[in-house]
Order: sequence, then C-alpha cells, then structure tokens
Amino acid sequence: MASIEVNGKSYETDEEGYLVNLTEWNEDVGKYLAQTESVEMTDQHWEVINFLRDYYNEFQIAPAVRVLTKAIGKKLGADKGTSQYLYELFPYGPAKQACKIAGLPKPTGCV
Amino acid sequence: MSEGTIKKFMFVNRKAPYGTVYALEALEVVLITAAFDQDVSLVFMDDGVFQLKKGQQTKGIENKNFSPTYRALDGYDIEKLYVEEEALAARGLAEEDLLVDVTVMSRAELGKLMEEMDVVLTF
Amino acid sequence: MLHIVNKSPAERNTLESCLRVAQEGGAILLIEDAVYAATRGNEGESKLRDALSRFKVYALAPDLEARGMQDRVMEGITTVDYGGFVDLVAEHKTCQSWL
Repeated sequence: MASIEVNGKSYETDEEGYLVNLTEWNEDVGKYLAQTESVEMTDQHWEVINFLRDYYNEFQIAPAVRVLTKAIGKKLGADKGTSQYLYELFPYGPAKQACKIAGLPKPTGCV
Repeated sequence: MSEGTIKKFMFVNRKAPYGTVYALEALEVVLITAAFDQDVSLVFMDDGVFQLKKGQQTKGIENKNFSPTYRALDGYDIEKLYVEEEALAARGLAEEDLLVDVTVMSRAELGKLMEEMDVVLTF
Repeated sequence: MLHIVNKSPAERNTLESCLRVAQEGGAILLIEDAVYAATRGNEGESKLRDALSRFKVYALAPDLEARGMQDRVMEGITTVDYGGFVDLVAEHKTCQSWL
C-alpha cells in the first residue's frame, strides 16, 4: 500500500493515489491531493469538492460525470452544470480528479 | 452495440444483501450500464426484495451499507423499478417498508414484462 | 448441541433440515441471511414458532440490524451479539454449522 504524508500524519492511498479511508479526509489532505494533481484550488473548486462529499455521504457512491454535471446544475446553478465548466476546474476529468481530491473512491464505471 | 441502438435491459435481483455478493455486484453493473444510455429496468423478486428494506445498519457486520445507493438510481435516469408483490407478502413486507419508489407487480405481470426485453440478466 | 444456520429460508432448506434433525432441548442460532427466518410475517413463521417449544432459538443482532429487520423479530427468539455467539458456542459441547 502506498501512502501520503500531510502535516506529519500518514494516510494510506491505493496505487493510483486515491485515499483508502475516506473518513480520514480533511481540507489539508484535499489541498495536498490537489497539488499532486497540479490543480490550484479556488472557491469554485471547493464548491465541487464539497458537493461530491455530500453526494457520497448521501448515496455511498461517487457519481458518474453525467450524473455529477446534472446534479451540480441543479444545486449550484445551470451555468455550472456543464461538463465544460467542470473540465475547466479539473482538466483531467471532473469525476476522476475531483473525486481523488475529495477523498472518494474512483467512480464506478470510470476506467 | 452499434451507436444509437437502444436495447431494453432488465436486471433481475433475486438475492438478499450481505449474505452473498450478488446484490452489490448487480448494483455496480447497473450503474455502469447507465453510462451507455440503454433502457434499463430493475426487478426485485424472491429474496431480492430485501435489498430495498429501509433501516439497514451495517456497522455491526463491518460491511458497506450500499442500500442508500438505490436512492441514487433516479439521478442515473434509472426509474423503472419493479417489485414482486408475492415476494413482499411472503416476507411480511409492504411497499412502505422500501426505501425507494417502486412499482409493485404480480409475478404474472413481471413474467410478461420480461418477455418484452432484449437482454435479461439475473443476479 | 448448538445448530448454526446461515442461509435464507427462501433460498435453501437448511433450516428445515435442521428442524427435522435437531433433538429436543437443542439450541438453534440464526446468522447471516438465516436471520430473515426469525422475523414476523415471513412464510415460515408458524413452522419456526412451533419449533420454539422444542428448541431455544437465537438470532444474531448485527445481522438483523444490517438487514433492517431488528424491529421484526418474533416473540420467543433471543437476539445475541458476537459476544453472545461466543458464549453459546462455549456453552454447548458440540456445534454444527448447516452450510
């Protein structure tokens, strides 16, 4: 098992860098994971990250991109519910990259 | 599958959750299938109706409680959920014991519906 | 003897076999999917209710909770936690798992 170290504490990750235990997540871990993905976090990024964490808490899965886009549009406004908006924030795939930063497992069906 | 061809898929859930891995595996297959824009129906019959029972708490058995995920299906545009009437009755369950909105159907009606499908996968 | 059954009564007939074979005074512990047999309103309810006069019947609480069935346990069946499971095994000279 791989691991990362944030503020002197070690966190287990899988071989692709996803956090193993999502309850260990905190904002600093999120920031660290963002750095490994070369994502500069802004309020808009956090908005999506927090949305993903809420979604996971409610449904126990990370949403597929199509589902995420639709749900974001509903919750945060139609202008943000586009894959273009989400890809601007997370260039290597909103579901994949944002899920990693949010400490969630890789979405089901996301290869 | 050639592009633009929409097939009618039916996933038949027949097993209780947790005792075996079938229920969870079926749910994952369903979520993946949703990405391909197919016409998906889910059937819960026999012990499969237990998958939708409200109030599941899996902390004690150290398993993932995947029952909340059935509530996410709506967001995946999977809205056709059918539950076998006789199976509910045989288990002392009623529609209000289930954690999602479903259509309750008799075995006979389910059998007819099954005949209309292009692909039927049973778990 | 302690008989341990872990299959749903609708899926397999292990509980029925167990009830046929078990000797009066024995104990039956329902775990995993077999806990559904311990719930009110299930098809086999009357059969197990009859058996309650001959055997002591237990059901594992964490398995009932996982399945959202903890509020439906038939009267006369005792729920036990993992510690109680261990106690039952220790109390009985022999143990049989009806796999």
